Amino acid sequence: MANLASDPSRSPLGGGSKGRFKSELSKRYRIDSLFSAAAWTAVTLLVLVLALLIGDVLVDGAARLSWDFLTSFPSRKAEEAGLLSALVGTIWVMVIVAVVSFPLGVGAGIYLEEFAEDSWFARAIEININNLAGVPSIIYGLLGLQVFVRWMEPITGGRSILSGALTLALLILPVVIVATRESLRAVPDSLRQAGFALGATRWQVVCNQVLPLALPGILTGTILALSRAIGETAPLITIGALTFISFLPEDLQSPFTVLPIQVFNWISRPQEAFHTNSAAGIIVLLGVLLLMNSSAVLLRNYLQKRH
Amino acid sequence: MSVLPVNDTSLWKPTRLLNRRVELAVKLIFGLFALVSVATTIGIIATLIFETFEFFREVSMVSFLTDSKWTPLFSSAQFGIFVLVSATVMLSGIAISVALPLGLLSAICLSEYASPKLRSILKPLLEVLAGIPSVVFGYFALLLVTPFLQSITPGLEGFNALSAGVVLGVSITPLVASLSEDAISAVPQSLRDGAYALGATKRETIISVVLPAALSGIVSSVILAVSRAIGETMIVTLAAGQHPRLGLNPFVPVMAMTAFIVQASLGDTPAGSLAYKTIYAVGMSLFVLTLILNIFSFWFVRRFREKYE
Repeated sequence: MANLASDPSRSPLGGGSKGRFKSELSKRYRIDSLFSAAAWTAVTLLVLVLALLIGDVLVDGAARLSWDFLTSFPSRKAEEAGLLSALVGTIWVMVIVAVVSFPLGVGAGIYLEEFAEDSWFARAIEININNLAGVPSIIYGLLGLQVFVRWMEPITGGRSILSGALTLALLILPVVIVATRESLRAVPDSLRQAGFALGATRWQVVCNQVLPLALPGILTGTILALSRAIGETAPLITIGALTFISFLPEDLQSPFTVLPIQVFNWISRPQEAFHTNSAAGIIVLLGVLLLMNSSAVLLRNYLQKRH
Repeated sequence: MSVLPVNDTSLWKPTRLLNRRVELAVKLIFGLFALVSVATTIGIIATLIFETFEFFREVSMVSFLTDSKWTPLFSSAQFGIFVLVSATVMLSGIAISVALPLGLLSAICLSEYASPKLRSILKPLLEVLAGIPSVVFGYFALLLVTPFLQSITPGLEGFNALSAGVVLGVSITPLVASLSEDAISAVPQSLRDGAYALGATKRETIISVVLPAALSGIVSSVILAVSRAIGETMIVTLAAGQHPRLGLNPFVPVMAMTAFIVQASLGDTPAGSLAYKTIYAVGMSLFVLTLILNIFSFWFVRRFREKYE
C-alpha cells in the first residue's frame, strides 16, 4: 500500500504524475451536456422521421380516398381501381384468425399457467414458444404452403382464405399465449386459494374467479396480436394469395387477397397513379389498425371498471 | 332456525365424479392446445429439412455454398446462396447501424432524461410505431427515401440497398428503443445513487454503471432486431430490387433471401419442381441464420445477466 501511495502513476485511479486526483468538472459537464443533447436529438429524430413518413402518405393518398375507392374492384385503370376485394378479404381472414387463435392460445395459456406442473414438458413448451417468436414470418408462409395448401388441400381448397388464415393463426399463437399467461399471472394467488378453500375444483376456480379478472388483459393482447396479423404480407404471398381479384369470396375455400397485398401490388407497379392508390390503401390499412388498437384500449378500460 | 335442512342429506350432493371428469377433460384439451405450438415448431423444421433434402438431391451442396451466381430460373442454373446471403447481411448491417445508435440513445433518453409524463406518452407511441406493417415502410423506402437519396448521392440506382437498409433500420428502431428502455429502467436506482455518491456525473453513471448493468437486455434486444431485419421481407423486396449480385455495394440493386422467396412465390412454382424446392432451401438458410442469432442471444443473456434483488 505504501508503495502504491508513493507512486501515483500506479494508483488504481490512474492519476497522472502531475497529481493524483483531477476532477476537471467543467470539462466533464460539457461532455455531459453533449451526451444529453445527443439523446434528446435521437428521440426527436425518431419521432420526426416517423411523423414525416406518415404525413407524406396522408398527403399523397388523402385525395384518392372516396366511397368509390372502398367499393370498387381492382382494375387495370388506376382511377377506377378500388379496395373492395382486399377489404372484404382482410375481414374474412381476421374473423377466422380470431376464431382459431383465441381459443387455442387462451387454452394453451391457461394450461401452462394453471394446470401444468413444473415439469420438463412445461419447460420445453415454454422454450419452444420463445423460439417461435424469433422465427421470421415468411418461414410460417413456407410451413403454410406445405401443410395447408398441399397436404390439406381437400379441406382447405389449396390457395384459399382458410389456408391463409390458418397460417396467420399459427403466426400469432405465441403472442396470444404469452399475453394470456401474463394476465393470468397478474391475478393474485389469494383468490385461487380462497376458491380452493371453498371446495371448488381447479377448473371451477379458473373459470369463475381467475378468468373474468384476467380477461381484459387477454382480450387486449389478442387484439394487438390480430392487428399484427392484419399487416402481414410475406406469409400470404408465399402461400399464394392473389394480387388481382375481381370478385368477393363466397366460402372458406375461395381465392383471396388482403389489404397489404393489394398495397404491395400497387407500389410495385411503375405508374404514378397506382402509387397514389397505394398511399390511399395504406391510409385505410393504418386506419383499420388504429381502430383495432384504440378498441383494445377502450375494451380494457371498460372491463377494468366493471371489476 | 337453521337455513340448511341438516337432517336432509339428499339436498347436498358433491358431484365429485363429474367434476373430476370435467377437470381431466379440460386439462387434456388445453394440454393439446399447448402442443399445437410444439407441433408448429416440428412442422417448420420438418418441412424445411424435407424439401431442402430433396433440393440437395438435384443440386450439390458444394455448388450451393461456393457458386458465385444465383440464377435458379435460367437454363444454366447456378445456386450460389452466398449471393443472397451477402445482400441480406449488407441490408441488415446498414439497418442496424441506423437502429443501434438511434434506438439506444432514445432508450437512454426515455429512461434517464425524460420526465415520467413525457415517457408515458412516448413509450406507447413507440409500441404503436413498432406495429406499423412493413409494406408501409416499403412504400416509404421506394417512393420517398430513394428519390431523396438519389438527389444527394450521384449514381444511386432506382432500386438500391442503401435506402432499403436505412428504412429497414428506421422500422426496427422502435423495437430496439422499447426493449432497451425496459432493460435500462430495470436497473435499480441504488446503483445510480452509488455512482453519484462516488462523484460520477450523470453521463458517467449511465455509461459506466447503468449500461453495463443492462447489457444483457440491450444485447438481446439488438439481436432480436437484427433477426427481424434478416427476416424482413416487404421493404427489401420493394426497394432493394430483384437483382442477385455478389458483393457489398449499397448503391446498386441486390436481391435478399426473402426477396427471392417472394419473387419465386409470385411466379408459378408447382409442387415438386426445382423452383419449389429452391424456395425451401433458401428458407432453410434463413431459418438457420436466425436460429444461430437466437441461440447466441440466449447464451449471452444467461452468461452476462446481472441480477439485482
